[in-house]
Amino acid sequence: MLKTFRIGGIHPPENKLSAGKKITALAAPKQVIIPLSQHIGAPAQAVVKKGDVVKVGTLLAKAGGFVSANIHSSVSGKVNKIDNALDTSGYRRPAIYIDVEGDEWEESIDRSDTLVKECNLSSKEIIDKIAAAGVVGMGGATFPTQVKLLPPPGNKAEIVIVNAVECEPYLTADHELMLEKGEQILVGVTLLMKAANVNKAVIGIENNKPDAIAHMTKLASAYPGIEVMPLKVKYPQGGEKQLIDAVTSRQVKSGALPISVGAIVQNVGTVYAVYEAVQKNKPLFERVVTVTGKAVKNPSNFLVRIGTPISNLIEAAGGLPENTGKIIGGGPMMGKALVSAEVPVGKGSSGVLLMTEVESVRKPMHDCIRCAKCVSVCPMGLNPAFLMRSTVYQKWDLAEEDHIQDCIECGSCSYTCPANRPLLDHIRIGKAKVLGIIRSRKS
Amino acid sequence: MEKSLYISPSPHIHGGDSISKNMYGVLIALIPAFLVSLYYFGLGALIVTLVSVVSCVLFEYLIQKFIMKKEPTICDGSAILTGVLLAFNVPSNLPVWIIMLGALFAIGVAKMSFGGLGNNIFNPALAGRAFLLISFPAQMTTWPLVDATSAFPLTYTDAETGATVLSLLNEGVKELPSYTSLLIGNHGGSLGEVSAIALLLGFAYMLWKKIITWHVPVTIILTVFAFTGIMHLVNPETYASPFLHILSGGLMLGAIFMATDYVTSPMTKKGMVIYAIGIGLLTSIIRLFGSYPEGMSFAILIMNSLTPLINAYVKPKHFGEK
Repeated sequence: MLKTFRIGGIHPPENKLSAGKKITALAAPKQVIIPLSQHIGAPAQAVVKKGDVVKVGTLLAKAGGFVSANIHSSVSGKVNKIDNALDTSGYRRPAIYIDVEGDEWEESIDRSDTLVKECNLSSKEIIDKIAAAGVVGMGGATFPTQVKLLPPPGNKAEIVIVNAVECEPYLTADHELMLEKGEQILVGVTLLMKAANVNKAVIGIENNKPDAIAHMTKLASAYPGIEVMPLKVKYPQGGEKQLIDAVTSRQVKSGALPISVGAIVQNVGTVYAVYEAVQKNKPLFERVVTVTGKAVKNPSNFLVRIGTPISNLIEAAGGLPENTGKIIGGGPMMGKALVSAEVPVGKGSSGVLLMTEVESVRKPMHDCIRCAKCVSVCPMGLNPAFLMRSTVYQKWDLAEEDHIQDCIECGSCSYTCPANRPLLDHIRIGKAKVLGIIRSRKS
Repeated sequence: MEKSLYISPSPHIHGGDSISKNMYGVLIALIPAFLVSLYYFGLGALIVTLVSVVSCVLFEYLIQKFIMKKEPTICDGSAILTGVLLAFNVPSNLPVWIIMLGALFAIGVAKMSFGGLGNNIFNPALAGRAFLLISFPAQMTTWPLVDATSAFPLTYTDAETGATVLSLLNEGVKELPSYTSLLIGNHGGSLGEVSAIALLLGFAYMLWKKIITWHVPVTIILTVFAFTGIMHLVNPETYASPFLHILSGGLMLGAIFMATDYVTSPMTKKGMVIYAIGIGLLTSIIRLFGSYPEGMSFAILIMNSLTPLINAYVKPKHFGEK
């Protein structure tokens, strides 16, 4: 029996159209737009100004707080302006525009392909290098990585869990990265183990990627303490709490952090970025992005410089199909609909999914028939139908009592609802409202 | 690249499940029981079912169109299902006008006056049946005798009538149909309730298609079995065998198809079990100690009324809860 998380879950069609497509590097565009908020937490503070000449890897902005991250240039050229730009969040937020000239890298970066296994740095030095390189969670949540490695007092890390689940339909960036950069990822895991001072790590991979499981298992035999664990295919296994439950059979309590059960979870893309940051002195300025969709000519996995407009990626995958109705940044379950194809790729952009007009339209909604299918699929053990009702009738105390804050917004409820009710839309509103109430109570 | 795009929050895909898929799924699961009733009750079963379905759909259409003034939703299959379930709960020699009255009560009063599908408190088909049972006790409790000599007998209201197993029990009669007859349906009773095997087949189909879970039907059957079993052990002279109880009357039909109605049953597994134990206990109590030989429909209706309370207090087990 393969392991998986114990409450709820769904199995949407996988549609991994770009599986097996080698990662190809996309040339830098004429201009990049690098947002100052590519992570959860405070925006970074720009340290360059208009007219400055920058190289690939030059620091553009410093972390603006404890929970924040440095941002580096992904191209060489001249800073054109610092201005508000539409980004993947749908908001206009400060960003650095750089006109690209040539492709000159900072000398400190090791551009060779040689695998560097040895590392004589201390835990603190590794964490400092990760922070300096601006590494954030690349699965989509973009939580600054160094913060996760510094547990709050009273907590002790016991295990590093690598999230290689890639449970979102369509996305294949992590899958492909494991096939091509397996060794580097394993070195990255040893670095994280050293940084967190633990001797055990598990790489969780869903069973729909047998080639990646075989490849990583073979390589991992040379790395003591690292186990590759195949997991039953079930969405949202890539959710942090779900993955910890699947791997360790421990459930993180409501409102608690993963470290409360001794776990540190890092996405496999993040682990690769950690390897590059520590062993190659390479800051996080490029990432693998899947470009896919049923009408896309060549679904692909691209290595993309941060700040490249999404439209460049779409062109490289065969152009925008005539019948495109929606462009999604990320996967179909948790991704965000983009307002324009001109928004730039950020550190958290795992995919670009083009949906046809027909796929984009929601079906009309009906009254709730209380079939309780949303209850049985909710991976957090909530009652989505009631949370929606509490939100509609503005019963905030009831919503809070029913743990609305625990919702991880995986969308399993809306996906399943036979009455096509937009459960998650309402729950999001309720969550925001209840969070406001909780905060005002504290202050 | 300028193009107007759809913007909506995630998730951007839907599993394709729909209300009508579930309703038609239940209807498919009812086919075996319908075939059995056609075999034993013939023309009567056909007429009663057709009239019931057509009246339910028609009343729903008229009420939505002319009273509620909204787009009729008769295609979702819920009115058809109510029609079939109402027919399954009445004798196959019931006059047409009585069926139509039952359909009017089921759809008009029990369903539409609460706001339609999803808003009703009571199972519409059972409310319709209860209404008929109280209003027309004579017609509702004279069942046609099964004509074992011919398949699809061409009798309707002129059929010979007799009693059901439970009414025989109630009257203290000792010669009862065999278990084989109860399993295949060769005995008197409401149109759709006679064959336990056909109903269990439908149950298996609904479990396979994930339309319902096992919790409600299995708990009801186990509760009735346990309660009547204990009473049988205490006094086998007065109280019949538990096997007879679970195979007779509306128990299987009620447990599998009526008590599992989405709208009127609880949403959590724990709630479903509480609700089902309640139905099982009430059914046994009415059957053993009440004046009605059959208690299933009243038991379900009573527990229907407690469902909102169960939903409010029995919450699902949330993640991280010990």
